[in-house]
Amino acid sequence: MSYRTKAKKNKNHQETKIQFSWKEVKRQKVLLIWSFFIVVYGIVFYYLPLAGWAMAFENYKPKDGIFHSSFVGLKKFNMLFSDETFLRVIRNTLAMGVINLIATFITAILFAILLNELKSRGGKKIVQTISYLPHFLSWIIVTGILHDALSGSGIINEVLMKLHIIDQSINFFAHTQYFWLIVAFANIWKETGWNAIIYLAAITAIDPNLYEAAAIDGAGRFDRIKHVTMPGIKPTIIILLLINVGNVLNAGFEIQYLLGNGLVQRVSQTIDIYVLKWGISQGDYALGTAAGIFKSLVSIILIVIVNKIAKHNGEERLF
Amino acid sequence: MKAAVKRRKKISVADFSFRFCNMIFMILFVVITLYPILNTLAISFNDGTDALRGGIYIWPRLFSLKNYYTVIQKDDLITGAFITVMRTVIGTLLSLVTNAILAFIVSRKRFLFRHQLSLFWVITMYVNGGLIPTFLLYKGLGLTNSFGVYVIPGMISAFNMLVIRTYMNGIPDSLEESAQLDGAGYTTIFVKIISPLCKPVYATIALFVAVAQWNSWFDAMLYNRMSDNLTTLQYELMKLLSSVTNQSTSAEVMKNASGSVTPTSVRAAATMLTMLPIVCIYPFLQRYFVTGLTLGGVKE
Repeated sequence: MSYRTKAKKNKNHQETKIQFSWKEVKRQKVLLIWSFFIVVYGIVFYYLPLAGWAMAFENYKPKDGIFHSSFVGLKKFNMLFSDETFLRVIRNTLAMGVINLIATFITAILFAILLNELKSRGGKKIVQTISYLPHFLSWIIVTGILHDALSGSGIINEVLMKLHIIDQSINFFAHTQYFWLIVAFANIWKETGWNAIIYLAAITAIDPNLYEAAAIDGAGRFDRIKHVTMPGIKPTIIILLLINVGNVLNAGFEIQYLLGNGLVQRVSQTIDIYVLKWGISQGDYALGTAAGIFKSLVSIILIVIVNKIAKHNGEERLF
Repeated sequence: MKAAVKRRKKISVADFSFRFCNMIFMILFVVITLYPILNTLAISFNDGTDALRGGIYIWPRLFSLKNYYTVIQKDDLITGAFITVMRTVIGTLLSLVTNAILAFIVSRKRFLFRHQLSLFWVITMYVNGGLIPTFLLYKGLGLTNSFGVYVIPGMISAFNMLVIRTYMNGIPDSLEESAQLDGAGYTTIFVKIISPLCKPVYATIALFVAVAQWNSWFDAMLYNRMSDNLTTLQYELMKLLSSVTNQSTSAEVMKNASGSVTPTSVRAAATMLTMLPIVCIYPFLQRYFVTGLTLGGVKE
């Protein structure tokens, strides 16, 4: 009985904070031991690479290591920003990131709303199940499929020729003007159904009475979508937008790496590919690291900014 | 009265046309999603040289199992399949256990370093060393050219941990308290009380990790390029893809092959085999990833 009251007291206490005491440490011994191992793991695999950032400020030579290479300050960063290729690579990364973000956002929301309007439950279920499928395929498979579909004898050329939009098959992978479009389309194809999941969940959570009330007030289908569905999923849209804006520079690696070729590399190369090319293949670790740091810093700044904006507008925040 | 009837009729016409357009849109969506996959399936079952003539849509013209036969005879693909299965099974188990333990610890209200430990992991979501320092670290740890590089580095991830934690936070504290009254330690509470209740979220995370493991290729290319016995299915598929796009090699491969298979048709067969396990499993796990995604949206 006395223990129980004590436990109750503790429960009230917990809302503030458990005081540090050896008794408490002993009590949580298991938790502390486990968290020790987990923290060691975290330091090694997530925090230790940050120490490697020092390389970007050194004339790094593998044989000298991080501690004995000569310090060169911002020289590598100067090199980076005077490199025309790097500036182009930033443009490509940003452009594809923004195009993909907008394209996949709009299609996912549109798809969720339209799917929700589908009357037949069975049909809804089937379409939804099929829509998830591409998300589970690797980019290797998706690019393979794209190659087939867009090749000279592929289905896209065939359809375009049958419709007399073109009279000669186009080699889509040889012209720079198509690349960003192809990447955007591939992202839409792969992720629309998956991204729609969360919006559909949000739509399901909307009170059905609101729809009924709107219908009684004479709202048509489009009015209901505009005045009930859209406001209902607005918080979800905003929080996902926040997450994705912070990730905009992470948007480009696999597909650009797999689809890019010599003919389109002016528009296909992204920061990650640049890092891979200069850092690993050419062995200039310092330059590669500098490019990586630039990317990380921009990402963090973006996240902090969108978070501030969200806080200012009283919307949900990321952290 | 008359006007009302008229109006209702008008709405239903608009309604009908909307529904009709919506249905057409959905059918188009399904066709665009499925066609490329069915086309690959048809090519994989079609005679290779015949497929080069084009004109195969969703049904093979000259049925042949040679492509699949060629695939199972390729040693690299068999090794790749074995390694991929191993990394998926081991990687998923390791990841699930460690993320669950971490989530359990940070969801204990009494834990002394609760907020510090959470913050320690949340930071890793936003800041990372980047490709080069990570590459050098793995090299320094002796993880390159080893199986370990597939399962150890990404084992604990802040995102997965947060999803499990959110779920665990929803479990009433009274369960833990009454178990403690019965003398149960934290290990017992974790294994016997919390984990059985977390099955849905565990399934979600297992699915996410397993799919990521199954589909990853970059680590095989970057860290284990020199070790042929550690190749993965996706990496082998990538090599097949580049042999198709690279015309000169593809002509060479064609000459070597018996004449009825081509790089394109073999790749189609390999693609189908790689896709198969995922296609068979995911429809049955739908409710789990809906859970995971909704929990993932709620952070801190």
